[in-house]
Amino acid sequence: MAHVAAIETGKAAAALARRARRAGYGQKVSAALLVLPLLLFVLVAFAAPIGAMLKRGVEDREVAPVLPRTIGALSGWSGTALPDEPVFAALVEDLREARAAGTLPSAASRLNHDQAGLRTTLIGSARRLAAPFEGPAREAVLRADPAWGQLETWGALARARGPWTDFFLLAALDLKRDAAGTIRAVAEEQAVFRTVFGRTFWIAAMVTAITLVLAYPLAALIALSRPAVASALLFAVLLPFWTSLLVRTAAWMVLLAREGVANHALVALGLFGAPQQLLFNRFAVVVAMVHILLPFMVLPLYAVMRQIPPIHLRAASSLGAHPVSAFRRVWLPQTLPGIGAGCLMVFIQALGFYITPALLGGGADQMLPYFIGFYANQTVNWGMAASLSLLLLAATLLIVGLYGQLVGFGAVRTS
Amino acid sequence: MSAIRLAWWVVGLAVAVFLVAPLLVIVPLSFSDGSFLHFPLPGIGMRWYRAFFSSDFWLTALWNSLTIGIASTIVATALGTLAAIGLWLAVIPGASAIMAVLLLPLVVPAIITAVALTFAYAPVGLASTHGGLIIAHALLASPFVVVTVGATLSQFDRTLLRAASSCGAGPVTAFRRVMLPVILPGVVAGAVFAFATSLDESVVVLFLAGPSQRTLPRQMFAGLKDTIELTILAAATMLVVLSLVLMLLVRFLSARGEARRP
Amino acid sequence: MRRFLLAAAGAAFVLAAAPASSRDLTIVSWGGAYQDAQREVYFRPFSQATGIRFVEDSWDGGIGVLRTRIQSGNNTWDLVQVESEELLLGCEEGLFEKLDYSRIGGRDHYLPEAVHDCGIGTILYNFVLAWDKDKFQGTPTWADFWNVERYPGKRGLRRGVKLNLEYALLADGVPANQVYDTLRTEAGVERAFRMLDRLKPHIVWWQSSAQAPQILGAGEVLMTSSPNGRITNANRTERRNFGIQWTGSLYTIDSWVIMKGSPNVESAYRFLSFASNPAVQAKLIPLIPYGGPAKGANEGLSPALLAESPTNPANLSVSLMIDDQFWLDNLDKLSQRFNAWVAR
Repeated sequence: MAHVAAIETGKAAAALARRARRAGYGQKVSAALLVLPLLLFVLVAFAAPIGAMLKRGVEDREVAPVLPRTIGALSGWSGTALPDEPVFAALVEDLREARAAGTLPSAASRLNHDQAGLRTTLIGSARRLAAPFEGPAREAVLRADPAWGQLETWGALARARGPWTDFFLLAALDLKRDAAGTIRAVAEEQAVFRTVFGRTFWIAAMVTAITLVLAYPLAALIALSRPAVASALLFAVLLPFWTSLLVRTAAWMVLLAREGVANHALVALGLFGAPQQLLFNRFAVVVAMVHILLPFMVLPLYAVMRQIPPIHLRAASSLGAHPVSAFRRVWLPQTLPGIGAGCLMVFIQALGFYITPALLGGGADQMLPYFIGFYANQTVNWGMAASLSLLLLAATLLIVGLYGQLVGFGAVRTS
Repeated sequence: MSAIRLAWWVVGLAVAVFLVAPLLVIVPLSFSDGSFLHFPLPGIGMRWYRAFFSSDFWLTALWNSLTIGIASTIVATALGTLAAIGLWLAVIPGASAIMAVLLLPLVVPAIITAVALTFAYAPVGLASTHGGLIIAHALLASPFVVVTVGATLSQFDRTLLRAASSCGAGPVTAFRRVMLPVILPGVVAGAVFAFATSLDESVVVLFLAGPSQRTLPRQMFAGLKDTIELTILAAATMLVVLSLVLMLLVRFLSARGEARRP
Repeated sequence: MRRFLLAAAGAAFVLAAAPASSRDLTIVSWGGAYQDAQREVYFRPFSQATGIRFVEDSWDGGIGVLRTRIQSGNNTWDLVQVESEELLLGCEEGLFEKLDYSRIGGRDHYLPEAVHDCGIGTILYNFVLAWDKDKFQGTPTWADFWNVERYPGKRGLRRGVKLNLEYALLADGVPANQVYDTLRTEAGVERAFRMLDRLKPHIVWWQSSAQAPQILGAGEVLMTSSPNGRITNANRTERRNFGIQWTGSLYTIDSWVIMKGSPNVESAYRFLSFASNPAVQAKLIPLIPYGGPAKGANEGLSPALLAESPTNPANLSVSLMIDDQFWLDNLDKLSQRFNAWVAR
């Protein structure tokens, strides 16, 4: 009897488990179906465009379709001497055809990114070589533009043969291959990106350090004061946090203008004899960025500090610890996760600042994002915009990943 | 001890003042009667607000900001809420990878998003259209909805759904009658976040929008590049007030959410 | 209530998402006081006369912006006001529609230097040295502009290579008629960049023309380069006391072009035809002193207006015409060098 009952129970349990499994499976399917719309939306409308853009940083497909014979004839070229007559003849044919088809500008653009002035060379040569001529192509081409007598002009053509290239990534590091393929530093007057990378990381680090120093005492004050005071102080953090970035940048423009509030106040107080220039420099950029990013440091710090029982500090000091050492030994270690989370958020956001330096900075205060926008919008150098984006995104993801490895994202919950 | 304490208070308060001071400066300046950028004000009046509301450029920008904001909020809230429920309902294989993809718009620097979307949307005719901008803002806003609704759902009692279904309610009815009322504060808070995101967005709109899609931030950016007119500060003040309303709304909703919890 | 909200939201969505397939004629100019004047003289009267609706945009110049628009397929502009070297470069690269002059009054209707295959001149003007007479007594030259030891203070310059190389050489004592010959040599370019190097820590860059009188008026700079009209306009409308140095100023013509593939070519021609009327063009000078390109547009000016006008022979004789051919050949190369220089 007991035996039978056990079998019956077993059967029932199995059926139950089966139904539960089926239910679990069904639930998984409906869960997946619920997630799917947003997932597809993000993949199609966001991730795919980003991927396509980044691909442009290693892709080179603008020259070969326009100058197919020249690129083909150049395939065995050593890069140590001017190419032979067939290459020149191929160039003449290609230029005539491309000019008639109107496809020259995109190829000229691409070559111009390699060597400024090549656009003029290509388009001008095509115009001059359009009419038939007598004698060898080589002489006619050199007559059309002496630039064809330089190794580096042909080097640029060979480098742009595609379909893949390291040209833009090297350029983003102020490097370039010469005609023979050796990697060298670019001319000093063209080198700019290492400076820009250094500047971007330096500004981001400085802003992170300043926000940490400013945020720490405020966060502690909010965490340890009476509820009424705490909520007033919290309001002072949350209001700017919710206010548009552009509004805050505008506010700093008004504050720091030559005839603005800050100058007027400082002169009235007798601190300055005459108004100073506070705008369009590094100072203005850093002050505004600190202001904009400060809440992102205060909030995680506050979230952590709120969890520390005040009794810990009191216990330490009642045990005779000096307040400074009590802070260092007891309080500070417990706030480390908040420091980590705050620094991460401030640093990676600072790396991507575009609007604030554009409005408050001078020419030498622009950060990496400015150059991405510049190459995308004001020159047609999309490869450069993409390779700079690739490096910026890689840096951002690397820092996020490193943080996840070392600290973990569960360490602090900000709400 | 008390010296340290005093210094701590002074520094903390100074930082708090630093945080709000710029906003406290532009609000009174926007009510100036004159056109100076400093105090004392020559007189107080609504001159710059009248200028705002009689300018075609500013009114169009306001209208664009509101319509694009509302439309992208609807898209982001609908898709984000469904996804958050899906992630909560069951552990799907690759859930953490999916979550990473969904949060991607939050991590990628705005300039990269702006350039990439402009390149990708132009060939399909979405660049320089309201539709393209709505899609872009919905993408940027959706992570906030997923996170906010997800946080609310983590407090939701699963047995309630089972109870509903054992009472014969279909999944849609169970969602509408049982789940939605409980998580509604979270959904609305997510929507408010989404709307605020669209309202503040100033980089993507610079690249993706054409002259017919100028929003308030874009109009402000153009103005700040030329001449700092106090009309910009009037617009800024209105945005501050709007932010304040949105912020209080979220605080109110989260307080209500807390109160509901057992 | 909920129904109403849903309906409102739906309506907003539909309105916002409505495709802009048949977009209005988009006219692009230099913004600020100048575009305000154009709106008054050209855009609104044109729209009222023809019933054609228009949208405005403004830009800060740069051939790359136009190239990007055409190559990316994201071009929302129809009529654009461009500078002379942008006209030549863009025409050669096929960025603009070729103009049919029979539709806009024939080539003889305009001053000969305003006529080009791809664009029709719209204003004659000068990039001048401007200063605030309340803060600087006397009339500074480009040499004084560079002399920060003697006249401490910031200097405003346009962020771009064109204009600044010329100014640098003028400041270094190169006679106006030899500026472009000098720049055609490597040594001349070096010399100009060395001069810019010296001034670099004192430069505040402006991008849109409206910024030039703005930073001057706000006291951010002691002197600045600027299109002449903005300075006179600030004197008139904001009661500023700015001075203009015509000697060593750079003289040029801006043109209207129709962007390649514009869906509004018809409306664009009607606008150009409307704007070609010398009587209409003459209305611009009292608002902002830029000369018109139609024959007869600059006649009968009062002495006061003539004194501030770029077409005044006394002003013309001391200014240098921007050499478009030089910039056509060298813009790409020198821009790249300048952009790297300015970013360091």
